[in-house]
Amino acid sequence: MMVRLALASLMARALTVGMTILAIALSVALFLGVEMVRSGAKASFADTISGTDLIVGARAGSVQLLLYSVFRIGNATNNVTWKSYQDIAARPEVDWIVPISLGDSHRQFRVMGTTQAFFAHYKYRQGRSLVLSDGAIMDDLFDTVIGADVAATLGYRIDDPIIVAHGLASFAEHKDQPFRVAGILEKTGTPVDRTVIISMEAIEAIHVDWQGGAQVPGQSTPVDVIREMDLTPKAVTAALIGVESPLQTFALQRAINEYRAEPLLAILPGVALQELWGIVGIAETALFAVSAMVVVTALIGMMATIFSSLNERRREMAIFRAMGARPATIMSMLVIEAMLMAAIGALLGLLLLYIGLIIAQPILDSAFGLWLPIDAPSARELWAIVGVVCAGAIVSLVPAIRAYRMSIADGMMVKS
Amino acid sequence: MAETVLDIQNLAYRWRGPASFALTVPTFKVSKGETVLLLGESGSGKSTLLSLICGTILPDQGCVSIAGTDITTLSARARDKFRGEQIGVIFQQFNLLPFGSVADNIALPLRFAPARRSRVPDPMAQAAELCTALGLPEGVTKAKAAALSVGQQQRVAVARALIGQPPMIIADEPTSALDANSQTAFLELLFAQTQTYQTSLLMVSHDPRLGDRFDRVIRLDDIADVQRAAA
Repeated sequence: MMVRLALASLMARALTVGMTILAIALSVALFLGVEMVRSGAKASFADTISGTDLIVGARAGSVQLLLYSVFRIGNATNNVTWKSYQDIAARPEVDWIVPISLGDSHRQFRVMGTTQAFFAHYKYRQGRSLVLSDGAIMDDLFDTVIGADVAATLGYRIDDPIIVAHGLASFAEHKDQPFRVAGILEKTGTPVDRTVIISMEAIEAIHVDWQGGAQVPGQSTPVDVIREMDLTPKAVTAALIGVESPLQTFALQRAINEYRAEPLLAILPGVALQELWGIVGIAETALFAVSAMVVVTALIGMMATIFSSLNERRREMAIFRAMGARPATIMSMLVIEAMLMAAIGALLGLLLLYIGLIIAQPILDSAFGLWLPIDAPSARELWAIVGVVCAGAIVSLVPAIRAYRMSIADGMMVKS
Repeated sequence: MAETVLDIQNLAYRWRGPASFALTVPTFKVSKGETVLLLGESGSGKSTLLSLICGTILPDQGCVSIAGTDITTLSARARDKFRGEQIGVIFQQFNLLPFGSVADNIALPLRFAPARRSRVPDPMAQAAELCTALGLPEGVTKAKAAALSVGQQQRVAVARALIGQPPMIIADEPTSALDANSQTAFLELLFAQTQTYQTSLLMVSHDPRLGDRFDRVIRLDDIADVQRAAA
């Protein structure tokens, strides 16, 4: 009966109580949403590369190498010469090696030169391989395989022509060497979705007439001639390596890092990711703190609401006292009321979060390549809700103690 | 001689505040089933006396016995429970929790008084029965208390005071918010019920015209001495 009366009492003050609950709901939705994006981003990053033991590139920061080679974020400061690449590839520890050549773009998407081995060895999300949804892996020099987002955004189908632009966000196009869409990959939720893949030779081919980052004026080698030329790459941006045995990973890493002919860097993707988390950790903590503070603010708002209701509820408290209720009972009623508000608010917040997730999921995916799965609430989220209810109880103690004092002073006689 | 329900002896209370105020009651008794009208002007110390009887404030000396128990010897917690068990309270007005149903309001004291609760096997049925006896319309128990007229609310307050048959009902000017006709009807119903259950009734009022229905009419000045420091 007491809970029923508490609910009825809340209903009678529907407007202010509703506002308070809404504030709590929004704050909880924000808090859980931040948590979800955070863990989703982490999972999404961690799922992007799997099965690769080492990544090799020109010497730079390990996080930078990871970001540009796997996530297509930022740029390489330097390339690795073809000779060095071949030296590494020839080492006995190397089981497989896939070269990557970056630097050109098509519309808003990056172009990556690689070999057929990429499709065999690149793995994501616990060892899944790339699968073609349509067409075939590039066969001809001017064939491309495009990621799912590229195809979806630009509406490309098999055999459509593609003109690659020189550099990123550039107006200089490799107009003389148009490509053909040979294959379209299935969606992976990784940066591959937003990549145009061509062969290493093709990267060379489109740069035949270019020197020092600019097209040689008036020079345009016909495609037939290019096909006859030696298109062995001169450099690669990075390389993905699988080792024969995991035990050799560190030995190979050291050997590459101590390579004499050229300053190189070999990283373990997992370790570099950890380093990345270390860097973004502060921002993460700040985000967490801010969203937690929003919840605290909403709860303080609830405290203010209860405070302001106390005076008009003196009569109610006097009635309870006359019926034999102890001041402590009146105090606990206020705490129960606050917990009810916090619980309703928190559950509503969870509901808002799921509604928001259903709406935002495709937007986040297409805009940021961030796929947030819609799962049942985790234990962590349920604990957060329990935490909000407990915090609500603690916060409500302040007005409840005041009500306790008031009900002792008033007894059952209120002059009103 | 009838059993004594309320027995006050040598009671002295001093209110400590900016306006000092002292109340002494040498002796005052109410017997079982007796109806007593206590007359006093507003500000004469009536409310203080009622608070002392109900145990929400404690006297500096003397004793207040209800149904044989001296409540001044009880702890604050025990006094609150004792009040719930022994006394039905009716206020001047705003007796009910406006957001609760009539039935919830009537059953409310049972929540705090297990002995009273044990005398009522089915609170909802008992509430409906009391409502009928008090001339409230059929099905009123499900209505929100706030939807009732003032007169109806006062009758619901009577039902609430009577449920579980406490030995004593204390009513603080219960008729002052009612018009003359409603006053008569209200008092008739109240008396009928207290007689049925052999409940003692101590009613406080400033209106001497109500007196002829009561077993006893007492002026507060006759039993109590009130002293006030000149401000």
